[in-house]
Amino acid sequence: MDLFWQQLINGLSLGALYALIAVGYTVVYGIVQLINFAHGEIFMVGAFGAFATWVVMGSPKQMSWQAAVFGLLPAMIVGGMIVSVSVALLTERLAYRPLRDAPRLAPLITAIGISVFLQEVVRLFFGTIPGMPDAKRAIPFPTVTGISGRSFQIGTVTVQNSAVFTIAALAVCTVFLWFFVNRTKTGRAMVATSQDPDTARLMGINVDRVIMSAFAVGAALAAIAGVAHGMRYGNIDFRMGFLAGLKAFTAAVLGGIGNINGAVVGGLVLGVVESMATTFIPGQFGSPAWKDVWAFVLLILVLVFRPQGLLGAKVVDRA
Amino acid sequence: MTAAPEVARGSATGGVLLDAHNVTMQFGGLRAVGNVSMHVSRGEIVGLIGPNGAGKTTFFNCLTGLYKPTSGSVTFAGQPLPPRPRKVVYAGMARTFQNIRLFHNMTALENVMVGRYCRTKTNAIDAVLRLPRHRREEREATDRSRELLAFVGLEKKADTLSRNLPYGDQRRLEIARALATDPQLLLLDEPTAGMNPQETREAEDLIFRIRDLGLAVLVIEHDMRFIFNLCDRVYCLVRGEVLVEGAGDVVQNDPRVIEAYIGKPTVIEEDGNDA
Repeated sequence: MDLFWQQLINGLSLGALYALIAVGYTVVYGIVQLINFAHGEIFMVGAFGAFATWVVMGSPKQMSWQAAVFGLLPAMIVGGMIVSVSVALLTERLAYRPLRDAPRLAPLITAIGISVFLQEVVRLFFGTIPGMPDAKRAIPFPTVTGISGRSFQIGTVTVQNSAVFTIAALAVCTVFLWFFVNRTKTGRAMVATSQDPDTARLMGINVDRVIMSAFAVGAALAAIAGVAHGMRYGNIDFRMGFLAGLKAFTAAVLGGIGNINGAVVGGLVLGVVESMATTFIPGQFGSPAWKDVWAFVLLILVLVFRPQGLLGAKVVDRA
Repeated sequence: MTAAPEVARGSATGGVLLDAHNVTMQFGGLRAVGNVSMHVSRGEIVGLIGPNGAGKTTFFNCLTGLYKPTSGSVTFAGQPLPPRPRKVVYAGMARTFQNIRLFHNMTALENVMVGRYCRTKTNAIDAVLRLPRHRREEREATDRSRELLAFVGLEKKADTLSRNLPYGDQRRLEIARALATDPQLLLLDEPTAGMNPQETREAEDLIFRIRDLGLAVLVIEHDMRFIFNLCDRVYCLVRGEVLVEGAGDVVQNDPRVIEAYIGKPTVIEEDGNDA
């Protein structure tokens, strides 16, 4: 039973990471019906932005946990957000907007192209920025004293501090998003645009700006996920966005793409299923190598038996 | 909005609000709207009739920026009208749709509030920080939206999802949403389509009350009794061109209009198997 609780905690923290990224897929899909496959790279770029912020701050190594948690960590998150949001807005402006009225396949292929492009840009050119290390191999992520590598015990269950951070960040972001969508002018404009862009335009909504805010919100959450990833695994590399992005996309589909709550639930479910599968499935099928298999098996099962996803796609329900 | 209803009513000299000049909309080889010139004065109710496919809705789309006219010019309140839907709304023109296009998963009140937002100034940052300005504007938008719901008679249904409203209520909600943008000119695309006679009379009454607020109304309709009761002037559009323009009874009795709608009596005899 202890093993169950342990894996539940592990699964939830992994799932919270997926969920933070999945929101970006779902928000953008809800508004422009585009699967933004470059979103995994936005997450990666966010992590590199956070790392760069740390370098710009003079690569501080030793500090009290208070300074790390209340100074370094927020600074890295904000730095990561600035970078990821800028990159997301640039891709939207330069690559997706010219294709707004093109057949759906065109922006989709473009997204895959941007994904490769961003990976290669980071791999080849990150090291050429003065002060930055070469990014062809994994870079150790700065240690946030008090969170990175620390853990505590509840009974026999070990909880990593980075897991607490990830889950708390997801909780805060979910509340924030709910408030943003349901209680603000921009949020209502987003819902209106997702339901009927032409009518939204005729109600005086600036649809271009709504689309940009969707990309920005997704990118900001991805940057938080990037920092959480760095603290959890201790290093970042230019390929980290690929599998994480694919998993987050799975989570978004699992929950019902276009539905923000669905992305959160889908992420958590996916994370828990992954960690449970590697523990409770006997024999070689339960080995860690199989965890991705079980994640995608779950995706296939959901698509066969509940194609609209766990929570349905209420937000993008279009006649 | 400031013009007193009595002054505005029926006065063709009350200042031209909308002036469309030689508007043409060409889709490839198809000329959906050709050289249509039309004006609407402040406080006037103008009808636009014509058989199916005459180009009435296309003309509306040209006015509201959904289409960019191939040629011709549109001025609104003395200014050239930019062919961008959002700018058209800011200029003071709002519309409803032939097939209802509400935001189906929002409540009636939220639908109206979306229309209201183009007249508020707060941005996302104000909203996140809960600045007093945001709260004040949000309250004002809610109050005004409730007022408009009451104006069209939907005050009791503010919290109903719009897709769950009966058909006639959806039509009225669309009008309330359009009014929320503070327009000077309201474009109604078949406001009584699918309504029973009772609802049609209510719609008529509603449009008169909108005019009494000082707004001009341009209405597309197929219900002739409705149109000729309501309108100060009527344009009849046939195959994309203005066939007749004038007061209701003039248009009603014009033989060309009757011909356009039901054909010449002789045609039936000659091509009896055409149907």
